[in-house]
Amino acid sequence: MTLILFFEQLLNGIQFGTMLFLMSAGLTLIFGVMGLINLAHGSFYMIGAFSAALIAALTESFWLALLASLAGAAIAGVLIEIIIIRRLYRRDHLDQVLATFALILLLSEGVRWCFGAFPLYLNIPNVLNGTVPIFDNIIYSKYRLFIIFMGFLIALGLYILITKTRLGIRIRAGQNDRQMISALGVDISKLYTIVFAIGASLAGLAGAMIGAIQSVEVGMGEPILILAFVVIVIGGIGSIKGALVGSILVGVTDTIGRIFLPELLKVFMEPSNATSVGSSIGSMLIYILMALILIIKPSGLFGKS
Amino acid sequence: MRKFTTTLGALLVMAASSTLADGHKVKVGMITTLSGGGSGLGIDVRDGFMLAVKGNKNISVITKDDQRKPDIAVQLADKMIQSDKVDVLTGIIWSNLAMAVVPATVNQGKFYLSPNAGPSKLAGKGCHKNYFNVAWQNDNLHEAAGGYANSAGFKNSFILAPNYPAGKDALTGYKRFFKGKLAGEIYTKLGQKDYAAEIAQIRASGADSVFFFLPGGMGIGFMKQFSQSGIKLPIVGPAFSFDQGILKAVGDAALGVKNTSQWSKDIDNAANKKFVSDFKSEYGRLPSLYASQGYDTGKLLISAMSKAKIKDMDKFRDALRKADFSSTRGKFSFDTNHHPIQDIYVREVIKEGKTLTNKIVSVGLKDHSNAYVSDCKM
Repeated sequence: MTLILFFEQLLNGIQFGTMLFLMSAGLTLIFGVMGLINLAHGSFYMIGAFSAALIAALTESFWLALLASLAGAAIAGVLIEIIIIRRLYRRDHLDQVLATFALILLLSEGVRWCFGAFPLYLNIPNVLNGTVPIFDNIIYSKYRLFIIFMGFLIALGLYILITKTRLGIRIRAGQNDRQMISALGVDISKLYTIVFAIGASLAGLAGAMIGAIQSVEVGMGEPILILAFVVIVIGGIGSIKGALVGSILVGVTDTIGRIFLPELLKVFMEPSNATSVGSSIGSMLIYILMALILIIKPSGLFGKS
Repeated sequence: MRKFTTTLGALLVMAASSTLADGHKVKVGMITTLSGGGSGLGIDVRDGFMLAVKGNKNISVITKDDQRKPDIAVQLADKMIQSDKVDVLTGIIWSNLAMAVVPATVNQGKFYLSPNAGPSKLAGKGCHKNYFNVAWQNDNLHEAAGGYANSAGFKNSFILAPNYPAGKDALTGYKRFFKGKLAGEIYTKLGQKDYAAEIAQIRASGADSVFFFLPGGMGIGFMKQFSQSGIKLPIVGPAFSFDQGILKAVGDAALGVKNTSQWSKDIDNAANKKFVSDFKSEYGRLPSLYASQGYDTGKLLISAMSKAKIKDMDKFRDALRKADFSSTRGKFSFDTNHHPIQDIYVREVIKEGKTLTNKIVSVGLKDHSNAYVSDCKM
């Protein structure tokens, strides 16, 4: 196990983390501002990927496809917020879970109607195909570096949006006291629609970027949704900073764990048993991490107690 | 009075004829994956099966979606057996679901015809007289891949598969035939789509070839990421990541890859030609190996129904065992543990015009059975 390999795996973990961040940032923002548990967040990931695949097939441009993923998910987000989600803010969490779960089923079935059950084709642009050497002799995928770069760019963008702009002030105010800011004349329902659309479009962007190296298919959002929930619980619900730290933590733990645990077990176990046991424990690691963090900090790393 | 007797007579005749017809009717319960990840496989099996039984008035089929979840599959099977009173169950794609459903089904005196999953347990110690596998024992295609790796001169393979029964069968099957060394062995999470970490391990391992079994969407991700990684190692694998349903999504990254399959659309026999052209005109797409398996399952059922009534289970079982139907694979028979004896081919991914598809390059293993026959005591 060389240091180079370890560093490469660390980069892989960070890349996985930044992608999780795009998902969990929206989720935590929506929960923090509106108090809404949105199980259908994974569906926006899927909608983003399908919008991108559609546009890529029509125009053969990856960059237009990325824009389409943002736009497609945002439009879907606005429509769904106005038609359905708006009615749920005053309800308790169980109603929200039920309604947004129903949305998952509706949206998955709807996408299958439109596009069929077989995976679609979406590929990365030629500029980002292949690898680059970084430092001495670590060879790393250009596209994955691009994902890391985009992830941090968006983290920075969100930071500026939340702390430096008027919209950000309103969002923070909404998080703290929603009755007060509506009393001060802020159109709260418009604010909610905007926040929901931002969250949805971030998920859509993640879907398109990941769809290009994985597969664009119905139901692709659900596995990632579970991880996004783990991230926001670790980071503290409602905190974007928490989402960033939580994502990187989960991404790195998962990647490093599933590769190095089997190697570690091989020291005192028979190889094929070690791989099988090691990868089983590896896939539990993030949940163990979550449990540990919740024992020490019950409201998450950056959550308000 | 006379009128009464004729009416009675007519009633009796009607009753008799309807019981006669009942004896020939078979109710099939199909539990397969129709939604979520991996639904392409279930849809192909269903469509292949429905094409085979199309127009047959004696077969009725109830189809239900298991969502790739073992607990749901078990519930559906219970309901189909107890309230729908099906005679035959079929359809399951995934081995972990098959392990949850098949033993209980066959113990309740129903037939199970597997159109896909063939876990080693059900072929060996856990075999059952009412369980027939029409596709393959899980190890089969991987054994052929191991054999191919030898003939291609690979000496040091890196192997990976998901951590579930079929994944373990896959690596066992490859290792059973492959004579070289292993540069590394990894079990991935079932449903995993990102393989950056595994690809980094492959790069660092010094392997001369890669063998992988990642069915459905999992394989799409792996192939794309592998080709982007710039690693130029030859890949060999079973047909599951190179079937017609997903080649389009993988794109040119799959071109030239050798994969092993018991079926290919260019197998030269009348049954297969008819299947391929009927499937194309019925559904407007090319069939995959899953569709061929569903189709053969349907044809097998029809062949048994023409020989015996389902109520006479012993006779019906014998009729199934004879496998007296013309398979899309050509030669097909059952070994004593009710798993196929068949040729396994090596195929290569090619481009036909703009469509990616497979063509046979050689026969990998001839009249191949499975390693678990002697463990099975029926």
